[in-house]
Amino acid sequence: MKAVGIILAGGNNSRMESLSNKRAIAAMPVCGSYRCVDFALSNMTNSGIKTVAVLSQYNARSLNEHLSSSKWWDFGRKQGGLYVFTPTVTATNSWWYRGTADAIWQNLDFLKKRHEPYVVIASGDCVYKLDYDKVLDYHIEKKADITVVCKEMPAGTDVSRFGVVRMNEESRITEFEEKPMVAHSNTVSCGIYVIRRRQLIEMLEKCAEENRWNFVNDIILRYKNLKRIYAYKTDGYWSNISTVDSYYDTNMDFLKPDVRKYFFKDEPRIYSKQEDLPPAKYNAGSSVSNSLISAGCIVNGKVENSLLFKNVYVGNNCVIKNSIILNEVYIGDNTHIENCIVESRDTLKANMYYSGDDGIKIIAEHNKRYNI
Amino acid sequence: MKKEMIAMLLAGGQGSRLGVLTADMAKPAVQFGGKYRIIDFPLSNCINSGIDTVGVLTQYQPLRLNTHIGIGIPWDLDRNYGGVSVLPPYEKGENSEWYTGTANAIYQNLRFIEEYDPEYVLILSGDHIYKMDYEVMLDFHKSHNADITIATMPVPWEEASRFGLVVADEDGRITEFEEKPANPKSNLASMGIYIFNWKTLKQSLLDKSEQPNCDFGKHVIPYCHEQGKGVYSWQFTGYWKDVGTLGSYWEANMELVDLVPEFNLYEEYWKIYTQYDNIEPQYIADSTKIERSIIGEGAEIYGEVINSVLGAGVSIGKGTVVRDSIIMQNTKIGENCTIDKSIVAEKCSIGDNVMFGVGESKESKLNASVYAFDLVTVAEGSVIPSGVRVGKNTAIKGVTCEADYPDHMLDGGEFILKEGQA
Repeated sequence: MKAVGIILAGGNNSRMESLSNKRAIAAMPVCGSYRCVDFALSNMTNSGIKTVAVLSQYNARSLNEHLSSSKWWDFGRKQGGLYVFTPTVTATNSWWYRGTADAIWQNLDFLKKRHEPYVVIASGDCVYKLDYDKVLDYHIEKKADITVVCKEMPAGTDVSRFGVVRMNEESRITEFEEKPMVAHSNTVSCGIYVIRRRQLIEMLEKCAEENRWNFVNDIILRYKNLKRIYAYKTDGYWSNISTVDSYYDTNMDFLKPDVRKYFFKDEPRIYSKQEDLPPAKYNAGSSVSNSLISAGCIVNGKVENSLLFKNVYVGNNCVIKNSIILNEVYIGDNTHIENCIVESRDTLKANMYYSGDDGIKIIAEHNKRYNI
Repeated sequence: MKKEMIAMLLAGGQGSRLGVLTADMAKPAVQFGGKYRIIDFPLSNCINSGIDTVGVLTQYQPLRLNTHIGIGIPWDLDRNYGGVSVLPPYEKGENSEWYTGTANAIYQNLRFIEEYDPEYVLILSGDHIYKMDYEVMLDFHKSHNADITIATMPVPWEEASRFGLVVADEDGRITEFEEKPANPKSNLASMGIYIFNWKTLKQSLLDKSEQPNCDFGKHVIPYCHEQGKGVYSWQFTGYWKDVGTLGSYWEANMELVDLVPEFNLYEEYWKIYTQYDNIEPQYIADSTKIERSIIGEGAEIYGEVINSVLGAGVSIGKGTVVRDSIIMQNTKIGENCTIDKSIVAEKCSIGDNVMFGVGESKESKLNASVYAFDLVTVAEGSVIPSGVRVGKNTAIKGVTCEADYPDHMLDGGEFILKEGQA
């Protein structure tokens, strides 16, 4: 393969509210049986990338656990492999990652030792399918220095949480605004970059000398008039998980047949850690409509327009509507849940009533599962 | 390096009483319980009991079994030393032959066992559904200074005459063997699971090497008993099911949907591992009734599912009702069908307005002892055209078209065996 992969998975986002207390966004369970980072990892392996470094910093326990074996994505190879880099103390430095560019710079030895001519940088908090090989071909064809994968959002989308780009007729990026209050375009950066490895090393070293640590501000924005920075437009499904609403909406998108077909049935597949859970079980009295149910679930009550993640137990006469129940939640009998996200491994008592009346409510009860 | 105990798993049998289900695959490779294959149960038992070296003896239609086992990754049996090895019959300087019996198959692989020079050898068969800790059995074997330990199970007295029985004293030492006796003296049935001292096993297999169709139950164990070896019975009391016939196979699947099934797949410890690709959640569409069923990953259900076991990636069209049936992996069923008491194998394609299990019960014209139990049995990869009705005790295999069904009907007891797969 012509490229080495880097996945930026360090981030937290306060707009994820209490959902990000437990884990980095990259480790956030999505779409029933996946984690956010599975999409970038699967895209890498499906694009023929053999070597991937995941850079993580914020609350990485959950992510490390998920990445404890590389075999699910077929990376555990003699040629290549999956590396997880968290900040470490060295003889010369004891910093945390001070930004995205710094995270890569602190692991520059990894990049220097590789032989692949290109680097694909992707973020670990997006849900999408993309053949990076096609982006790379485009990058070479355009003789670009950096290629940024972009997506045109539907008119009227609030793009203030994205990097917004404007390009000329041959797709060269002329303007790039990070999280603008008022945007001049609705084409946003997907946070996926292709760049020549030596070029990246050179730029990062220069940035570090000047105490600059942010990939977007200090590389893309500063160099946009000097270097040939191109936009590669993707028109497939792409969603960035950075707020509670975007998390909820992305999950709910999977109730649509075309989205499910695109991600679940069409090649190439998205891979994730396999946990050998038994099939889902429906007991007498259960009723389910328009919902996604994952392996290991046991359903006794009513589930409507909802997602049950892995190993969820739904008690008798429960009603679950328009909600997302994360992994290993136990819901006691007669409990009503509407417009909620229930945090993983939670235990909800019987006869409770939860409802998000003005927006999505996050439930984290911390009850003990077994009372001895 | 020495291993204390290694397992030899006999997986070469056809399982002819499973009819068209085993037309193209060995019985241990047949799917069970919505995502597993029968061989997953003994393999998972091995690794859960701390046995990390397993020889799998294959013979009949091994392709599916080979691809399923691979290098043993799902069961953690990919090891630097040991792990899983698939052992097919092979050509020799003289006397090249197929595996002619259970003991003969082990005899032909004595060199494999010698490599590991174990103290004990565990002999398993690949066609039972159960969870067993072989380590407990080994502890029994050691504490009784046994040469051979046979796992046994009490069966109802009225059924005892259908089994190979053992008569044991209060210490567990076996005094007598009875093969399907008319008047049984005991109700302890042999489960076909044996622990041998390696020295005893090797010597007895060499002594009996000239025996045609050499079998453990019929020849080797009685021979050892005659030689005065200590043969003990270790009584197992958990769930154990021989899924050798279509009826028992169907029954064992149906037992999984009980509220708290006797054989519980949902226990955290003693997981059953399997090789699988589908990991995505299943989708249940609007206003569908799903009761007393288990459904595998990635299924898309637009119809009703009652009292059934559905594999991964199965799709059920709108208006279709599936009752008391087993639908295996990646089978697609169209709209407005009624599927009653059927076993539909993997990757089948069924059209719209199809009815399975209609009419009176009639004796099968293909094989009355195999296709009984009023089941409709459809082989892997079969195609069923829209608008046909299929009676009870029927068998269908291959790509069928409307012309194969006179008046759109396959009467009870009839069968269609054709070439091709969907």
